[in-house]
Amino acid sequence: MARASNLPLQVPSIKRDFPIFERTIHDKPLVYLDSAATSQKPRAVIDAEADFYGRYNANVHRAIYELGEEATREYEGARERIAGFVRAKSPNEIVFTKSTTEAINLVAYGIGVKGRIREGDEIVGTVLEHHSNHVPWHFVKEHRGAVLKYVDIDDDGRLRMEAYDELLTKRTKIVTVAHASNVLGTINDVREIAKRAHEVGAVCVVDAAQSVPHLPVDVQALGCDYLAFSGHKMLGPTGIGVLYGREDVLAETEPLLGGGEMIREVHLGTSTWTDVPFRFEGGTPNIAGAIGLGAAVDYLAKLGMDAVRRHEIELTAYALEALGGLDGVRVYGPRDAKARSGVVSFTMEAAHPHDIASILDVEGVCIRSGHHCAQPLMERLNVPATARASFYVYNDIEDTDRLVAGLRKVHEVFA
Amino acid sequence: MAASYAMYQEQILEHYKKPRHRGPLEGATHEARESNPLCGDDLTLRLRVEGSGRIEEARFEGQGCAISLASADMLAERIVGKGVGEAEVVSPRDVQAMLGIPLSAVREKCAVLALDVLRQALRRKAPGSGT
Repeated sequence: MARASNLPLQVPSIKRDFPIFERTIHDKPLVYLDSAATSQKPRAVIDAEADFYGRYNANVHRAIYELGEEATREYEGARERIAGFVRAKSPNEIVFTKSTTEAINLVAYGIGVKGRIREGDEIVGTVLEHHSNHVPWHFVKEHRGAVLKYVDIDDDGRLRMEAYDELLTKRTKIVTVAHASNVLGTINDVREIAKRAHEVGAVCVVDAAQSVPHLPVDVQALGCDYLAFSGHKMLGPTGIGVLYGREDVLAETEPLLGGGEMIREVHLGTSTWTDVPFRFEGGTPNIAGAIGLGAAVDYLAKLGMDAVRRHEIELTAYALEALGGLDGVRVYGPRDAKARSGVVSFTMEAAHPHDIASILDVEGVCIRSGHHCAQPLMERLNVPATARASFYVYNDIEDTDRLVAGLRKVHEVFA
Repeated sequence: MAASYAMYQEQILEHYKKPRHRGPLEGATHEARESNPLCGDDLTLRLRVEGSGRIEEARFEGQGCAISLASADMLAERIVGKGVGEAEVVSPRDVQAMLGIPLSAVREKCAVLALDVLRQALRRKAPGSGT
């Protein structure tokens, strides 16, 4: 079993980069196990945002003065680094949004509601999606009469890949899937799903909110058409997200927001749009957020995403074993840590997830409880809610030990 | 128990672990169900109200956290034997006072779920009650 000394990442020195770990919670050292909801921020990210506002704040792209040029250079520099981070062919394939949610809505609107989807066209999703990859497609169903179909999971929490044999037909226009489940941790075979989508002429849309922060992602190797992720789950600021789209599919995607920044010419009653990706960035963008995300990507690249992934496998394997050994605790998702991201959902016989989270809070341990914005999956698992611990680069074995000690307290109170 | 576990003091755990008003109710005249999808809490409350307007019995079923289920049990206990008019005026502040603990904004929703169900039940006849 993993020990602190042989974890791939040097957690004590990483923790020093994150100011939040200087504080205590209820007089106890902070154990943060909710990075799947939002990650903590290293000083480099906080400084990058402050630096923009403090030293070179100006609007991007059209200012004819030094400050504006600096702001534009940093904003576009962030786009380039993010493109490199996910192995996009070009920065033009990176659209800044406010979140994964907005990115998926952009696609649902741009090819669905306002795009080429017709009545009876089919969209194939899965039962393990986050609400942000369910509801935008509900809009397409309501507005265009699209038919929604879903791939189920097996008892180990993995997608029933054979379901695609039946569900994918020439009526299928969009295939959408989470790269990693925010509840079960299951890492889905996006490369295979994208290949299958293309075989029937459909596009593949990937919710990568839980994968880009935690494992090496290569959009070209995955072969997907669109891929969405959020800055705040990968050490970056809130309010900044990314839509990757292959250049040819972005060119055929209708913009979601009309306004400044996204136009070529505007006349009374008509307008034409500027090039990809700027046509999708109507309005003054979150410049500081994009620059902060650029700094987050630099930080992660320095750690190395292979090391981040190996680190989380060690932590997850340890947690699966530790939690699995507790009386009355049920753990969900694949049993093999290598098949999942650093997310461990569980329930306890004696206590509701909210009560688990309340007791752990007293112990200084932050976990999430509830439906995790995945109500269809909760229904599928037949549980009203789960508790969830999730890991990141600043977590070590001791954090799981503190979690387990807290769960013993929960048992004391409720059993 | 450490002082910091105040949220789970004896009386709340007592009502949660050994509820006196949990289970089905024969001859219910009023019934309502309310859920808090955010938490996965789901409560059904049934009342048997006499012609005079006195609440003869109140029982709840469902699932939820300790706070929501203890609130439901305490609330049922409080209204049994009271008139409908008295039950109608129970406030969220009264529920907090019954629990005897301060609750965070997030957990307050758990505590008032039972009150929401009660208010609805007072206005809604049970299916097949005929009255």
